Amino acid sequence: MVTRTAPSRLTARDRARRTARGGAPRSVPAPLLAPALIAVAFLVLPLAGLLVRAPWGHLGAALSGSDATQALILSLWTSTVTTGISLVIGVPLAWVLARSSFPGRRLLRALVTLPLVLPPVVGGVALLLAFSRVGLVGRYLDSWFGLTIPFTPLAVIMAQTFVAMPFLIITVEGALRSADQGFEEAAATLGASRMTVFRRVTVPLIAPSLGAGAVLCWARALGEFGATITFAGSFPGQTETMPIAVYYALQTDPDAAIALSLVLLLVSVVVLVSLRDRWLRGGAVS
Amino acid sequence: MTDAGSGGLVVDAEVSRGGFTLAVSLTAAAGQVVGVLGPNGAGKSTLLSAVAGLIPITAGRITLAGQVMDDAAAGTFVEASRRPVGFVFQDYRLFPHLTVAENVAFSPRARGLGRQAARSAASHWLDRLGLTALADRKPGLLSGGQAQRVALARALAGQPALLLLDEPLSALDAGARLDVQAELRRHLADFAGPCLLVTHDPIEALMLADQLIVLETGRIVQEGSPAQIARQPATAYVAKLVGLNLYVGQADGSQVKLAGGGAFVTADQGQLGDVLVALRPSAILISNQQPQPSSARNTWPAKITGLTLLADRVRLELEGQPSALVDVTPAAVAELSLSPGGQVWLTAKATEIEVYPRSSSQPA
Repeated sequence: MVTRTAPSRLTARDRARRTARGGAPRSVPAPLLAPALIAVAFLVLPLAGLLVRAPWGHLGAALSGSDATQALILSLWTSTVTTGISLVIGVPLAWVLARSSFPGRRLLRALVTLPLVLPPVVGGVALLLAFSRVGLVGRYLDSWFGLTIPFTPLAVIMAQTFVAMPFLIITVEGALRSADQGFEEAAATLGASRMTVFRRVTVPLIAPSLGAGAVLCWARALGEFGATITFAGSFPGQTETMPIAVYYALQTDPDAAIALSLVLLLVSVVVLVSLRDRWLRGGAVS
Repeated sequence: MTDAGSGGLVVDAEVSRGGFTLAVSLTAAAGQVVGVLGPNGAGKSTLLSAVAGLIPITAGRITLAGQVMDDAAAGTFVEASRRPVGFVFQDYRLFPHLTVAENVAFSPRARGLGRQAARSAASHWLDRLGLTALADRKPGLLSGGQAQRVALARALAGQPALLLLDEPLSALDAGARLDVQAELRRHLADFAGPCLLVTHDPIEALMLADQLIVLETGRIVQEGSPAQIARQPATAYVAKLVGLNLYVGQADGSQVKLAGGGAFVTADQGQLGDVLVALRPSAILISNQQPQPSSARNTWPAKITGLTLLADRVRLELEGQPSALVDVTPAAVAELSLSPGGQVWLTAKATEIEVYPRSSSQPA
């Protein structure tokens, strides 16, 4: 069989690029291009719709007409507290999962990561059953300390932590697993106790992943809806976070809902940009 | 093993990990540099890890300056962080997030000094190793030789009683290696405690060590001074490292019958029984025809099976009774038209042949 030599056009720019870096042509085969374009349209069109339908003329009025400021402030501070709690208790758990061995470790890991795939509303129901005034733990909190958790900002934080902390744990655990333990060995031969090794070597070495995990956790907490509305309800100023405010506003005042959504979109974009520059380029540990 | 004097290291231990067993008995006196030479997988790094306390031994014991570090039978084990040991790793393992000065101050700080005291201890060692100018750099910006020095300073700053060096020069390029080697030799001479230096480079071992141990497949196959090991290798591995032909044979006064066929007339009188015979590749003459009788006592035919160009000479591999490596000049290769498959005659003077007893424990 004779191979037909069919010349195609190669622009000077493409020629230079392929000479310098090698590789196949940059153009995309049609069977891949069409579905890819549909996927792009599907992801981008709704956001475009949001921007087009936004009440740009009276954005301020739309926002102030609702409990937007209250909801935004509540969302921001509860998400931040959630992230702080997740760092304090989640990072040690990630270390335990990555570095220690005990019977049932795999089962524990599965349990800890379950909230990643569990519908959040189920998480909310579970929290309610555990911490409501008649719940498994809640009845003692109530009778011993007079502490009632559901439908308070504390409940918001608990719901968000339940859903968002696994993101941090998984990210940090992966980083701990792939981190070069040679550095920790070196630190041990230099006389460092295990706690000193953790503090002065392990944590700084996984700092990029720690940051990425914290941002993921914060973003997930900010968007949390199902578990929060189930366990904490939606009292304006108390437990009505931004996503819940958007949901209610859509039924009564669509312009306000769009304005609130824009605010959340803006926050998300800021988070994404900060992630892209600092952490997401090239993966986990440097 | 015997006492190593005050401050010495005594290892008489076994480490079994996944089918591999390291069984080593060695002592290193204070001030002595013991080189551990061996091929990859011989257990050199396992030995260092066990001495450092990074892995426990499975039998026997390790003592340092009279104190038990690890005793499998008694169940005693001192954790790595509690051993007065300085470890220079092959890949240095400098903490990438700390500056050179912070790296060197790490051990004093971890061993309990305050921030200020640790910093001044570090600056002492930085000064001593000529690193003061690099104090504020991150390890990523150091050359190989500089990183090696920082790793040594970091290990020494903890004031260890024992120094462990794992292939200290292998990460360096050839140019830097000679300088760093001379410098390392000086610093090792200044170190008061015992030092274990692992290497697979015979030159490095010969240059830096006072005493050598050859490790193969987890056992010590030879120990002695570097000069002695270079002259009288006990195994094919060592012979190849130092570039000698090595034969196993039976000595009978002035003659040695070789186990692989052939025999040598030797100058050494009085050797009887199992012996090893070492012969330098450059001490063998090569000719195209059977040579005239001469004062050289050993002449045998051989076939060329390979030629390798070394830096300044050509190494011939020859098959015969016995087989041999022979070094000749490139000019000789051209003049005698030596090529693979060619038949030649080899000649060795009896006085060039080194004969020494073979201890029964040594595999050849």
